[in-house]
Amino acid sequence: MAQVNPAVTALAAAVDKAFGAKITERDLNGIEPFLRCEPATWPELARFLKDRCGMDMLACLSGIDRGKGQGLEAVYNVESCAAQRTGISIRIRVPLDNPVIPSVESVWRTADWHERECWDLVGIRFEGHHNLVRILCAEDWEGHPLRKDYKSPDRYHGIKNNVV
Amino acid sequence: MSVIHQHELELGGDGATQDNILITRVDQLINWTRKSSVWPMTFGLACCAIEMMATGASSYDIDRFGSGPFRATPRQADLMIVAGTVSHKMAPRVKRLYDQMPEPKFVMAMGACTVSGGPYIKHGYHVLKGVDRIVPVDVYVPGCPPRPEALLEGLFRIQEKMQKERLLDKTRAGARPKVLVE
Repeated sequence: MAQVNPAVTALAAAVDKAFGAKITERDLNGIEPFLRCEPATWPELARFLKDRCGMDMLACLSGIDRGKGQGLEAVYNVESCAAQRTGISIRIRVPLDNPVIPSVESVWRTADWHERECWDLVGIRFEGHHNLVRILCAEDWEGHPLRKDYKSPDRYHGIKNNVV
Repeated sequence: MSVIHQHELELGGDGATQDNILITRVDQLINWTRKSSVWPMTFGLACCAIEMMATGASSYDIDRFGSGPFRATPRQADLMIVAGTVSHKMAPRVKRLYDQMPEPKFVMAMGACTVSGGPYIKHGYHVLKGVDRIVPVDVYVPGCPPRPEALLEGLFRIQEKMQKERLLDKTRAGARPKVLVE
């Protein structure tokens, strides 16, 4: 078991105190300590982490297709620039048929492009984003390539794509 | 002028003309000047571009063969070295650059990705499976990435092709390779 950073424990305790049962799962012992919450809790929690806990940087936003009917998941890694190595990740799971998470681009400016990438490749919709369009794939691309059930197109603009 | 062969200099025994007159074909003279200054276009799409830069730098020194001036505009370029993975999103841009180059123009597909899609051939949903699907490729240089020596060898093959050009063949119908259509 990795040694838990006391700063992370304190951070999780502060979040627990403010949000209580809204934090549905927690694991501080792994390589990447995380808290889990529902999409509806997220804007409030994000604001709390940034303003009250000093988590001023959204280091990474990952989208995951869990497969096997477990839906999609977004993982937010938030960190503090001032207190180095203090950070925590927040995991939010959404169903495959209605993958909606409130946008946090108003909290961390970085989230703008991160959320666009996550929408582009995994297909999680970030509600409230001012410009949720594709960022990596071409504008007229169809589907979300990193979904488990994704099939790449046989042709794109008349050019054969699947050759093997 | 090393390309002008000795048998073409049969001028007889007049000493005055023998030292000052060279006879050659116009095709051969123009092709010789052309192949001695093949200006590539400055653009790289992925990691192959790093190897292309190494080829341009002092160790491999592509300047020795007249191809040092990488032009920053297609209008002044003779050779397009497609160095790196071409994504479907990039493909129309590459095609446009090719269209903007003046004739005669040549294309080199550098690296496995541009030759065939390379490591992305099966699971790369976003990668064009060979740049010969959008532009006619004269020389293929395989490798991942190809070493500078390989790129130089590709340049020599382009130069060989250039020496077979015919001045009056404006359309270059015979010299132009085909675009792959499936």
